[in-house]
Amino acid sequence: MSTIGSSGRADAATLAAPSRGSFINDPKTRAIFWQAVLVLVIAYLFYSAIENARANLAAKGQVFGFDFLSAPGGFDINQHLISFSSEEGSTYGRAFLVGLINTLLVSAIGIVLATILGFIIGIARLSTNWIVAKVSQIYVEVLRNIPLLLQLIFWYNAVLKPLPNPRNALSFGAGIFLSNRGLTIPEPTFAPGAENIAYALVIALLFAFAFRHWAKGRQEKTGQQYPTGLVSLVSIVGLPLLAYFLSGLPLHFDVPVQKGFNFSGGLQVYPEFVALVLGLVLYTAAFIAEIVRAGIQAVSRGQIEAAHALGLRQKPTLNLVVIPQAMRVITPPLTSQFLNLTKNSSLAVAIGYPDLVQIFAGTALNQSAKAIEIMLMTMAVYLAISLVTSFVMNVYNRRMALVER
Amino acid sequence: MKYFFALLSAGLAMAFAAGGAEAQTLNQVKQRGQLICGTNTGLAGFALPDPQGNWAGLDIDYCRAIAAAVLGDATKVKYVPLDATSRFESLKSGAVDVLVRNTTWTLSRDSAQGLDFEATNYYDGQGFMVRKKMNINSALELNGASVCVQQGTTTELNLADYFRSNKMKYEVVAFKSDEETVKAYDSGRCDAFTTDASGLAAERVKLATPDDHVILPEIISKEPLASSVRKGDSQWATIVRWVHFAMVDAEEAGVTSKNVDEMMKSPNPEVKRMLGVEGKFGEGLGIPNDWVVNIVRQVGNYGEVFDRNVGAGSPLKLPRGLNNLWTKGGLQYAPPIR
Repeated sequence: MSTIGSSGRADAATLAAPSRGSFINDPKTRAIFWQAVLVLVIAYLFYSAIENARANLAAKGQVFGFDFLSAPGGFDINQHLISFSSEEGSTYGRAFLVGLINTLLVSAIGIVLATILGFIIGIARLSTNWIVAKVSQIYVEVLRNIPLLLQLIFWYNAVLKPLPNPRNALSFGAGIFLSNRGLTIPEPTFAPGAENIAYALVIALLFAFAFRHWAKGRQEKTGQQYPTGLVSLVSIVGLPLLAYFLSGLPLHFDVPVQKGFNFSGGLQVYPEFVALVLGLVLYTAAFIAEIVRAGIQAVSRGQIEAAHALGLRQKPTLNLVVIPQAMRVITPPLTSQFLNLTKNSSLAVAIGYPDLVQIFAGTALNQSAKAIEIMLMTMAVYLAISLVTSFVMNVYNRRMALVER
Repeated sequence: MKYFFALLSAGLAMAFAAGGAEAQTLNQVKQRGQLICGTNTGLAGFALPDPQGNWAGLDIDYCRAIAAAVLGDATKVKYVPLDATSRFESLKSGAVDVLVRNTTWTLSRDSAQGLDFEATNYYDGQGFMVRKKMNINSALELNGASVCVQQGTTTELNLADYFRSNKMKYEVVAFKSDEETVKAYDSGRCDAFTTDASGLAAERVKLATPDDHVILPEIISKEPLASSVRKGDSQWATIVRWVHFAMVDAEEAGVTSKNVDEMMKSPNPEVKRMLGVEGKFGEGLGIPNDWVVNIVRQVGNYGEVFDRNVGAGSPLKLPRGLNNLWTKGGLQYAPPIR
């Protein structure tokens, strides 16, 4: 940064005194020289670090390389969305994918839920109802000020583990059971023809989107309003349902039954996953609530009064005046909360959820002895996830930003 | 995160540490006047701090014995508690001089991991613990069970092998630390807990109600628990190896912490050589000639150490079994000091 600044000043200097004479005294040359030196120093640091690591590894008879990714791991992972078992000789590379998917799963679900909860609490903090406002305030102050690690351990140990064992599981009917092995729910199994339901859902979504667009244009032109919410809901729920009946009921549920130690069949949601999502969502929501509150309060009172004066009711005022302006303030700090949540998901290691750090930088690292390679890969993954998240949010922010004409 | 940083710093240390400092551990220890010993974070009988914060256990006594041999004082040890996943990196990056942390000696660890295993101080095997009320008498009845295990261990791999070879299904629930694993089992998250048989005995004592749990008879693996050092420092490796041999030889010769001073007057040439009365065997190792005297006087021979920490004189009451001297039907056998 400083070099750029100095070259800027240098330009001014050159303007003031057009000819200084010597090439060496030219500020521009000097700026380029120092930048080149900096690049060389950094390059040398990297080179010597890598070279040193390689030499030290070689001295211990170890080789730097990523060949181990295709070697079988010999261990098992309980939560895997893609198949993984020591029986099939699943590799370290596969373990990497399983861990990555588990990290992405918990982050994605966490971000969606934390955003919803955060917005609700943030708006509730501004409620004119004293109790609602106070309860939200207490929520924010308590959850935000206790370290996340402690909260995760609390949810895992104090809330989930005292549940009964599978033989005495709490039954909620319809094949839903809660026990200390987690939540067991019926697993949907798809017969041929089930893909029609997915197609129907896509068509319904496209239709709802197009209808909304059309209705908005129509309203801007004529002032006529259409019940877009209702139409969208009916099409999104109705069309897949119609497809389900038309293609001969292709969806079945594999209902879990108690058998031996555990449940047989059904889908198991592990307590580690629930505890992690719970901890991340409740913690991050407290921060998001404060961001939302700040964003709404940043919209000046005069805007709302002006909207009311124009005859807009409470809801359109919020939707058309307050929220669009508040979003400009909310989006950038919201992005960092999303990044925090993703990175905080690595605390999964404390409660045994098989995320990337637990599986890959834990078990795989220790069994394969490829510490440097695995740590590099793990860091690169978190960096990539964070950069992608912040890119998407920046695009969104640019769309929401105030356009100056 | 703590773990993340530990590994990161170990990686950086490996990246930036000057090469060629491998064969220097003995000098470093002597200069420092202290041995830095990597141990378990807490395993009864092997390495556990008492309420006063003094570490005790079989592995701890090995750290003390190495310090006694090299520095002449068994108290000059700094203990660094390490969990299963960070232990090797800590040793390799030079954070500890020696790893005595109930670690199984395997081929890949002895080669690709960059470690050098020295001496088996406890011959162990992996077992299972379950709740009594489940009425299970054999590990072969564990089909479909959830099993709690510490990650990054040989135990985790043996578990997969065992269920696979017996065509049984199981759910693995892996935790980073031993305490978390046991806590999860105790709270009912798992049907069974698996680790080395000695560890099962040690953890069972710590459970809320030990009598509600049984250890199943099957031993499903070989777990030679051994001390290890960094690869490429043969002088240091030899010392660590011979500290163990000296303790076994001392037991065989009947030299104990109580009679070691009388034994120095013994006419037996074997005892004379061992205790440095005759010959200069310490010199070859680069340590004082009375090294065995220091070990036995301050720490004890192998039998004393075993009894005190895990055997009859301890709450664990583990039988000597495989760890008896070769003369008594066990596997503990040491080359002669001569």
